[in-house]
Amino acid sequence: MAADTSAPDPDSGSNGSLHEGPGLPDDFPHAARLEQAGVTSLEHLREVESLEELTGIGPAYANDIERALEELGESEGGGTTSTGETTEKRSSPLSSNGASEDSAEGPATHQSIDIPEGPIKETLSFETYPADRYKHDELGFEADEVLDLLSNMLLQRRFENRCRQMYQRQKISGFLHLYIGQEAVSTGSVNAINLGDDSIITAYRDHGMGLAMGMDPEACMAELFGKATGCSKGKGGSMHFFDAERKMMGGHAIVGAHLPLGAGIAFAEKFKGTDNVCLCFFGDGAMHQGAFREACNLAGIYELPIVFVCENNQYAMGTAVDRAFSKPDLYKHGYNFDFPCSLASGMDVFSVNQAVRDHVETYARQDQPSMLEVRTYRYQGHSITDPAEYRAEGELDQRQSEDAINRLQDYILTHDLATEADIEEIDEEAKQRVKNAIDAANDAPFPDESALYDDVYTQEDYPFIA
Amino acid sequence: MATLQFREALREAMTEEMERDDDIFLIGEEVAEYDGAYKVSKGMLDQFGHDRVIDSPISELGFAGLGIGAAMNGLRPIVEFMTFNFSFVAFDQVINNAPNMRYMSGGQFEVPIVFRGPNGAAGQLGATHSNSTEALYSNFPGLKVVSPSIPDDGKGLLKTAIRDDDPVVFLESELMYGLKDEVSEADDYTIPIGEARVAREGEDVTIVAHSKSYHIAMDAAEQLEAKGYEAEVIDPRTIKPLDMETIVESVVKTNRLVVIDESNPFASVASEVTHQVQDRAFDYLDAPILRVTAPDTPAPYAPNLMDAYMPGADETVDKCLRVLYAQ
Ligand SMILES: Cc1ncc(C[n+]2csc(CCOP(=O)(O)OP(=O)(O)O)c2C)c(N)n1
Ligand SMILES: [Mg+2]
Repeated sequence: MAADTSAPDPDSGSNGSLHEGPGLPDDFPHAARLEQAGVTSLEHLREVESLEELTGIGPAYANDIERALEELGESEGGGTTSTGETTEKRSSPLSSNGASEDSAEGPATHQSIDIPEGPIKETLSFETYPADRYKHDELGFEADEVLDLLSNMLLQRRFENRCRQMYQRQKISGFLHLYIGQEAVSTGSVNAINLGDDSIITAYRDHGMGLAMGMDPEACMAELFGKATGCSKGKGGSMHFFDAERKMMGGHAIVGAHLPLGAGIAFAEKFKGTDNVCLCFFGDGAMHQGAFREACNLAGIYELPIVFVCENNQYAMGTAVDRAFSKPDLYKHGYNFDFPCSLASGMDVFSVNQAVRDHVETYARQDQPSMLEVRTYRYQGHSITDPAEYRAEGELDQRQSEDAINRLQDYILTHDLATEADIEEIDEEAKQRVKNAIDAANDAPFPDESALYDDVYTQEDYPFIA
Repeated sequence: MATLQFREALREAMTEEMERDDDIFLIGEEVAEYDGAYKVSKGMLDQFGHDRVIDSPISELGFAGLGIGAAMNGLRPIVEFMTFNFSFVAFDQVINNAPNMRYMSGGQFEVPIVFRGPNGAAGQLGATHSNSTEALYSNFPGLKVVSPSIPDDGKGLLKTAIRDDDPVVFLESELMYGLKDEVSEADDYTIPIGEARVAREGEDVTIVAHSKSYHIAMDAAEQLEAKGYEAEVIDPRTIKPLDMETIVESVVKTNRLVVIDESNPFASVASEVTHQVQDRAFDYLDAPILRVTAPDTPAPYAPNLMDAYMPGADETVDKCLRVLYAQ
């Protein structure tokens, strides 16, 4: 099967797509040969009746050209379009209101074994959400709400900067993975859902997501200190933040293992007939796990209200994303499940926000699972003990020049939404909240030793083996 | 009392519970349209529809995880593994997600889920299809492990497992699905998890055996009776929590213990029982505790090798006579 794509290569610097206009686009297949054969514009090309008869264009080249022309015709509009199936997907046997009917289609196969004349052609397109494209008022944010976004991102940044210090002072132990650099992803996403109804599940780099969801910084810091007042009562630590009330379904520390849980959380919403959706976040590294494939496929056949959001921060520990993927355009992986797939900048909170809104409202709330790749970058090492020597020289500086917090601050100033003094005050507030959190965590007690035995089972006097 | 096959007793348990509670659903490979690989869920699709009896593709990791996520979000899934040999590709979900969630979240999220299906050897299926998993799953705090030997216990315990707010691994057996026996017709018949059943009383030697091994124990007890010895047979029914009170009480009376466990012997249920009995009743023992288990080899295929591999009544009688110093 040949699948072509008109999606731009986001790393190439140019938008890489096929331009209409005078002359053939530079990257149009076999442009030079076509021009030699006297075809100098797309208009002209469309009028050619038999491509194969042009000098220097055989059947194989003709094929490429036809496909490129088709793509141009269909490159409008987002999502994934495909035209090459030999078998149609069945609709999910599950209803969305808990009252299933007999499936009209029956259990027998509908797939044909008569193979059509090939080649089978597919045309794909993927929506993108580049940085600096969206304006706050278009997204419906009032000026003060934009300041809330900033405040939320600054809280994460200040919180984690102090975490680093608290680790050095040995107040925090264990693995500590910082989210610094990725704050636009959490803030942009959380502001695109109905917090408290929709749920979020994520991996172990979870402080930012928790804070973005409104978890109490004191409970979060206390958890890191291992205190009884922590958000998981000091039993989870950095990698296992939970908040049932906000439907923060956890930080999860086995790479990829929470993806099926996300599918199950979405399944429960569908089973109960609610309108709620699940955002399932995971790293680029998690996509290598079979769990990714299994979760996507189950979500696809059961038509679950879930968005699979890959936070591609370019590295899984020390493994650069393009070293580890046979197909490093991660957003395209969702295409294997016939998901609508898009690619968004994670360095602009507005881009993330628009992308997640689209995926939630257009797809997830219609029981259509989808995949969104958000490209971002982590500034710190993988965990606190990692000096990140695998980076290229200048790489960090270059990525930091795209910083989402700076970007939002500049945006606020250029759009006159607040003054520099206002921004300073917001930042001071964030620092103060973090300071209070540290003080409270310091003062809080460690769990009682008997807590070791709490919450293993529901039954409080469960017969433990001593 | 009704006479039911084991599979029918299990089906009754699931059906009654699903009628009682709309949040329960069954998911697994071939559970719906195919009526279950071993026909345990036969007819349930017709009764409950596609929303509650759900065919999954061959995706154990996926659907086990999906069940856990659904349980975290308010449902009560029953996840069927076609056999527990296939639970290994979902191992991470069963041992790392299901039992840890309550603990790690400081009690915020519970996982009321049942993983059920056949466990242990089922004839000449070769090594990959003959694993016994009870010791394995019992090793993980947060899981409960149930392994009934008779249809009546199957029904009563499965109903309890479904109602339990913690994850339960419920181990059945292909070879016992057709076993017919009396099953209680009492309304709302449940049996508590963690209580052993004294199946036969005796003064001379205690035999502890669960699942298929229980039937070997009963057979051996009859042979011993013919030789003039009264064996007490205890079926723990639940591996975790294990009803040590009942076992220790019996050993205090008989002073001798043989444990049958068809698993491989190293770090098995039999080793755990042995450890706990010496810990609690050392002074009451008149002989070393002996075990009847599979050898420490993978399961073979050839019929004679498989016979040699599986614990049997003769071997059990032999070990009992040894602890009785009657040989
Ligand atoms: C199953 C599993 N294998 C290995 C690890 C160790 N590990 C922890 S994080 C990590 C990298 C994951 O990278 P990615 O998914 O990109 O997330 P990121 O750290 O970039 O946020 C690895 C290999 C693990 N936790 N779980
Ligand atoms: Mg990564």
